[in-house]
Amino acid sequence: MNFELTEERQMMQDSLRRFLRDRYTTEERNRIVASEAGYSPQIWADLADLGIIGALFTEEQGGFGGDGFDIACVFEELGRAGVVEPLLETGILAGGLLADLGHDQLLEAVVAGQTQLAFAHSEPTSRYDLSHVETTANTSGETITLSGRKAVVQNAEAADHFVISAREGGTIRDENGISLFLLSKDSPGLTLMGYPLMGGGRAAEIVMDQVKIPATARLSPPGEAYPIIERRHAMAIVAASAEALGAMETAVALTIAYLGQRTQFGRPIGTFQVLQHRVADLLIELEQVRSITILAAGHLNDQREIRERYVSAAKNLVGRVGRLVAEECIQMHGGIAMTEEYALAHFAKRIVLADHRLGDTDHHLERFIALTAS
Amino acid sequence: MDLTFSDEERAFRIEVQTFLKEKLPARLAAKTRAGQSLTKAEHEEWHAILNARGWLAGNWPKAHGGIDWNAVERHIFEEECALAYAPRIVPFGLMMLGPVLQKFGSEAQKAHWLPRILTGEDWWCQGYSEPGAGSDLASLKTRALRDGDHYIVNGQKTWTTLGQHANMIFCLVRTDPDAKKQEGISFLLIDMHSPGVEVRPIVLLDGSAEVNEVWFTDVRVPAENLVGKENEGWTYAKYLLTHERTNIAGTGFSNAGLEAVKRIAAQEQSGGQPLIRNPHFAARLAKVEIDLMAMATTNLRIISAAKGGHTPGVEASMLKVKGSVIRQEINDLARRAAGPYALPFANETLEGANEPRPGPDYAGPLAAQYFNNRKLSIYGGSNEIQRQIIAKSALEI
Ligand SMILES: Cc1cc2nc3c(=O)[nH]c(=O)nc-3n(C[C@H](O)[C@H](O)[C@H](O)COP(=O)(O)OP(=O)(O)OC[C@H]3O[C@@H](n4cnc5c(N)ncnc54)[C@H](O)[C@@H]3O)c2cc1C
Repeated sequence: MNFELTEERQMMQDSLRRFLRDRYTTEERNRIVASEAGYSPQIWADLADLGIIGALFTEEQGGFGGDGFDIACVFEELGRAGVVEPLLETGILAGGLLADLGHDQLLEAVVAGQTQLAFAHSEPTSRYDLSHVETTANTSGETITLSGRKAVVQNAEAADHFVISAREGGTIRDENGISLFLLSKDSPGLTLMGYPLMGGGRAAEIVMDQVKIPATARLSPPGEAYPIIERRHAMAIVAASAEALGAMETAVALTIAYLGQRTQFGRPIGTFQVLQHRVADLLIELEQVRSITILAAGHLNDQREIRERYVSAAKNLVGRVGRLVAEECIQMHGGIAMTEEYALAHFAKRIVLADHRLGDTDHHLERFIALTAS
Repeated sequence: MDLTFSDEERAFRIEVQTFLKEKLPARLAAKTRAGQSLTKAEHEEWHAILNARGWLAGNWPKAHGGIDWNAVERHIFEEECALAYAPRIVPFGLMMLGPVLQKFGSEAQKAHWLPRILTGEDWWCQGYSEPGAGSDLASLKTRALRDGDHYIVNGQKTWTTLGQHANMIFCLVRTDPDAKKQEGISFLLIDMHSPGVEVRPIVLLDGSAEVNEVWFTDVRVPAENLVGKENEGWTYAKYLLTHERTNIAGTGFSNAGLEAVKRIAAQEQSGGQPLIRNPHFAARLAKVEIDLMAMATTNLRIISAAKGGHTPGVEASMLKVKGSVIRQEINDLARRAAGPYALPFANETLEGANEPRPGPDYAGPLAAQYFNNRKLSIYGGSNEIQRQIIAKSALEI
């Protein structure tokens, strides 16, 4: 048993932490969140230079990491600094799918920070159901026609390409029949409606009205993409859990610092026992989140049933603790935490809203029960 | 024990319902229902409609243009208004300052200020909290120095709700810096248009623009604007607190909120069925509903006693804690119900607010409301302070 990070990972984590501490200040982050693009191209290029995007891919894929712990290590730091740049979208989800499917030509540009991607999968009524795909793909000769609508696609506007799911067989919620395609953003018949997200970053609704793509844009064998999507989704959940962990650590650290500074009734509010005990509970729960994230990261390469059970356990616990941490940190600060300007606001929003992606607390509770029973 | 309302009370409820059906503009109800904030003119419009019916100041004595409803009548009115998605009555003039002036103001002050609250000529805001004085309000520092027939005010108030609309602010100011904390405080009415008053907006985490900082630099305030006696403001502030606490449980808002969650959860699909049939979601919903059921009756028990002349003490603190927690839980359920469509940021104060929104219309403001209503357990005496009051009273320490 050894819970220490390897030396390489420790070094990467240190340098990323230093970089973000220096460059991703509260003012800089607020500026980025309020900007039209919703992310900083400069920060993106710097992260690529630091090798952070490469750390999300294996050597065969052109990176130098790609393991569950590499991912967790990177995302914890991103979370700690409240980074809104789309590493989950470009790196883990869309980029990861391209890598899984051996579709390498774009990966070099991804790792170098020269192109961005988005994974267009969820639909207006799919909620958290991964197999719910209504968008259709019809092949005729050398042309594939896509029709349908994708919902809340994060990073869609900044992406040059989408990895998009569509149905070639089966009914709406069947696991069988789903395929993946590579779609260029400027394809005729494709419309984007973009908007900002409450936790930072941007997303879009993508409407495809008879969008024609060549047969070479097919990424997966016909109808067989579901297991690949599910596995990538598991990696994304490890990333999101680690990110939430980092964000929670910052939220709690801000709170502890504030309890030491803020005086009321002639003493620091941190001397009130009722607040002390609540901080203690948060610290206990943070360790729980760290452990469940390690568990999920460490089982990513296991067989499906085992992997998914740990992954759902992680997302459920992260969702529960996340809400507790966000709400308690706001409450213990008092009014100041309600202001946009104060750093906690951003972290509280990211932590809570992380539960609206990749399946929420209840979704993964149900899934955990089902996977345990089977 | 009789769990039913009397015939008169039931008749009154129908009267309120009829009035709301006839007079509440659909436009205002729709905005309130959608969780959008109202403009100043819209607030004033609703106040004027209530005033025309004589129902704007249900809590005021008849002599001052009110109707002197008892606690039960007031409760019925508030509950029906919330269920009909009527805008909230802006409380600062009507619920806070009005009762203080009626009890402690001079005849001249009553004659001048009270009618203006009813007609809407004045929009009041509450200048209590300061950057250094929140829970520990008595440590406030804003200084008022007597200079002939004026006070000269210097200092800063903060968290001033809707101060951007206000032309008047009632403030707690320090008039005797040498006295013990609570004893050197006075209650002063200040014209926001006086030279030296500056209002700066504070943007809240949900993007809303509802609170402000108010700065005072050598502001000259006529001495006749002092309410009651100098250095006795703390007594008046405490009296005001008891009035701020009527409707503290907010059962009407919770009832309306619960209905909204049910409506949303019936429309949202989860795994091929309406979300409301999902056992985990249904269990969350049922628990809040049970809590609310019980609290509504606790509220009625307390209101009933209040009608009989008992002034609520710790009971108000209990209702504040439970009421805020239940409302926050309902907000949590609502954002949960919206799923991924809770993520888009629908900031009404930004440009492009009229653009089509992604997802169903109801989803837009749910996450914002959830974050905004974290305030419920912070302001008006935080839940920690309320628990302290309850415990101290029980432990007799
Ligand atoms: C949206 C909003 C609107 C508001 N509107 C107004 C307004 O219109 N006018 C106005 O005057 N004020 C207004 N307020 C201010 C509000 O009343 C204060 O925020 C409140 O009194 C708490 O003070 P604080 O924010 O300074 O927190 P603090 O008093 O600094 O408290 C910080 C934390 O310490 C806890 N704490 C403090 N003392 C103790 C103790 N003795 N034991 C245990 N825990 C303790 C608190 O509960 C809280 O968790 C508003 C606030 C908000 C957020």
